[in-house]
Amino acid sequence: MTLGMKKIFALIAACVPAVALAAGGNVHLEEHRTDLHDTASLQRGAQAFVNYCMGCHSLEHARYNRVAKDLDIPEELMMDNLVFADKKFGELMTIGMDKADSKRWFGAAPPDLTLVARVRRPDWVYTYLLSFYEDSTRPWGVNNVVFKDVGMPNVLGHLQGRQVKGTAPVAVGFDTLTGQEILEEHDDVLYLAEEGTLNEEEFEKLVFDLVNFLTYMAEPMALERQSLGWKVLLYLTILLVLVYLLNKEFWRDIK
Amino acid sequence: MNNLFASIMGWVDSRLPVTEAYEKHMSKYYAPKNFNFWYFFGVLSMVMLVNQILTGVWLTMQFTPSAEAAFASVEYIMRDVEWGWLIRYMHSTGATFFFIAVYLHMMRAILYGSYQKPRELIWIFGMLIYLALMAEAFMGYVLPWGQMSYWGAQVIISLFSVMPYGDVLTEWIRGDFLISGATLNRFFALHVVAVPLVILGLVVVHLLALHEVGSNNPDGVDIKKLKDENGKPLDGVPFHPYYTVHDLVGIVVFLMVFCTVLFFFPEGNGFMLEYANFEPANGLKTPAHIAPVWYFGAFYAILRAVPDKLFGVIAMGAAIAVLFVLPWLDRSPVRSWRYKGWASKLYIVIFGFNFVLLTWLGTQPATVTLTKVAQVASVIYFGFFAFLLIAPKIEKTKPVPERVTGGH
Amino acid sequence: MSQDGVNKGRRTLLIGATAGVGAVGAVSLAVPFVGSWMPSEKAKAAGAPAKVDVSKVEAGAMLTAEWRGKPVYVARRTEESLATLSTLAGRLKDPENTKKEQQPEYADNEYRSRKPELIVLLGVCTHLGCAPKYFPEVQPEQFDANWQGGWFCPCHGSRFDLAGRVYTGSPASDNLVVPPYYFESDNVIVIGEDEVKA
Repeated sequence: MTLGMKKIFALIAACVPAVALAAGGNVHLEEHRTDLHDTASLQRGAQAFVNYCMGCHSLEHARYNRVAKDLDIPEELMMDNLVFADKKFGELMTIGMDKADSKRWFGAAPPDLTLVARVRRPDWVYTYLLSFYEDSTRPWGVNNVVFKDVGMPNVLGHLQGRQVKGTAPVAVGFDTLTGQEILEEHDDVLYLAEEGTLNEEEFEKLVFDLVNFLTYMAEPMALERQSLGWKVLLYLTILLVLVYLLNKEFWRDIK
Repeated sequence: MNNLFASIMGWVDSRLPVTEAYEKHMSKYYAPKNFNFWYFFGVLSMVMLVNQILTGVWLTMQFTPSAEAAFASVEYIMRDVEWGWLIRYMHSTGATFFFIAVYLHMMRAILYGSYQKPRELIWIFGMLIYLALMAEAFMGYVLPWGQMSYWGAQVIISLFSVMPYGDVLTEWIRGDFLISGATLNRFFALHVVAVPLVILGLVVVHLLALHEVGSNNPDGVDIKKLKDENGKPLDGVPFHPYYTVHDLVGIVVFLMVFCTVLFFFPEGNGFMLEYANFEPANGLKTPAHIAPVWYFGAFYAILRAVPDKLFGVIAMGAAIAVLFVLPWLDRSPVRSWRYKGWASKLYIVIFGFNFVLLTWLGTQPATVTLTKVAQVASVIYFGFFAFLLIAPKIEKTKPVPERVTGGH
Repeated sequence: MSQDGVNKGRRTLLIGATAGVGAVGAVSLAVPFVGSWMPSEKAKAAGAPAKVDVSKVEAGAMLTAEWRGKPVYVARRTEESLATLSTLAGRLKDPENTKKEQQPEYADNEYRSRKPELIVLLGVCTHLGCAPKYFPEVQPEQFDANWQGGWFCPCHGSRFDLAGRVYTGSPASDNLVVPPYYFESDNVIVIGEDEVKA
């Protein structure tokens, strides 16, 4: 076994479970452990979105100043790094791309992504972004496991590297005696044929942050909603004690 | 102070019988003293009605009823309007809890025979409220103009195409050759003005009819038969204060459940706010799985269980229509299930769970197995009403006591 | 049902406590309903401070900017007209800016501006809200034979001098409002804020 081959095998062992196809043709979705309290992750996600996605995808229901406020980004930093040149701080995060043009280029206009994490759910978006693979039959040379014949090029491809679909060994468990992984040859699995500018871990972290940000974006008031919820429930508990006692007090009349 | 109050009330009463109305409906309205858990859901329906009207009026202030702007205006409410998200979630979660309350309220009537003589009209008005509520909820769901709004409307309106002149009829309902802004606009008008007025009117007559004959109770005993020397029912207690304080407990507990869902699961796991409805309406792309919101699930399951369009619609219509004649189908000499035979008791329980099953089936994709299950469940549903007709002939009822049991 | 042995004190206390806590809840519930009537983020964004490049405004000329949907007049005054301002006191209702809410502190001076030559005014007549018209020339006008330049409101004939001060005999009682503004640079003013946000 050559050194290069070994490297590939190591990569496969690490990344394959994320995108292995289940028997029924349904794709196993990788779990996205969303953490809206991780502001640093959300900030990196916002940065990544503006860098890699916002060329084509708008966040047309959201405003820059709200994102800055919620993600603890100072106005100046936000304006310098995340806001497009012709935009004001309080404006909606729309883009200039003409829908008719983009429809001609991609076959369909790139959808607005404000609510994508609510439509598709975070797990799906996460798996989707990890599951592009080379497919020379497609116009952009890539296909996707969870979104067959997708019209979008793999914009994160240079970061991830060349991912291909084919037969490769998959870790199916651990040998109870030696503690080593048991590998089995499987068809239709994704593996990295060539590493990109980020290593496996860095790339998954980037995609995680991106999806974390999109999850925040889909429901920006989620944390506020929950914290208010606890207060309301506390209030109702106090009220319940009182009305319970009141009810008991009155019904003592009834024999 | 008391004198002043008395003289003001005297002045008003000689012009408008406020005190008389208060006594008739509250302080001297005698309700059976053995109300149980099931008797909370009437007042809880009222609480939800108030919630829907209040939040609905406020949503109307920010919502834009046009095909171009409706979807964005909902997100505008959710993001840009101060507290808009809370008011919207109160409304969307309120719809679900309104139906929960109404379904349990109806189940109560079935358990204790509350629709039987002399309360047939109360039941009929209640059914009319339920019908109006279904129309209200359906049209309300169209307004956010997401994919489910659009395709749900498409499916439901298509049901009318089985009627004579169906094509003309569906075009007339839509105001266009497809679901469009015209449809959205008329649904908006009906949802925020017309149907709420109808519901409010029906609620008033529902309550007036109830207070005319008096409330039923878990024993199905007529409490007006036995009265004390002052003419007050022996088993009755004044609604106010005894049932106002009693209902308060139920309201607070209900609100706790309501708020838990509202603040922690506002999408209701996709049963209340369907995921596909966060995507703007697109007339060229049907979502992979169209499911009604949960509260229509049962009737949708019956519709799909029948392998024929016309008969499916008829079955669905019949499933609702048969409820209207329930007071005349139940020939039992007793009201409450407590005094009916074991077969009746069993079937009432099955009927309840079967309805839950149908509701769930209606929200699931129609696989071969689930369709078979839905067919069996539909037969069980209709079988219940047939059973009510024959039950008195095949089973003996237990004697009903003179006085109510249990309670305080 | 009997009222024997009712603990009146306990009952009154419970009613009071429930009503009190209930009232707190009712008021809290009103907060979102009242709050939702405040200007939304969209309205705030539309009402955000407006940047105006004043380099093209020549002496004697005026440009109309927009801030919060209202016209804002930015006029550059000539040396002569600045000199005239101090001579008009006798013909004005409030030459000394006694009404403090009509201008920010930094414009509470004889020119009613940060820099003498550049005047910034809300183009909303203090009478009934029309937009006054700019008549900069010193010449007899139909509405004033001794016109010294300024603004004239076409709706009800209110007259203002080149510092936005109202003439006696006008239906308007107050001087035109100077909105908050500051110079971001020599040629760019920001209307809507008193100073650069920290």
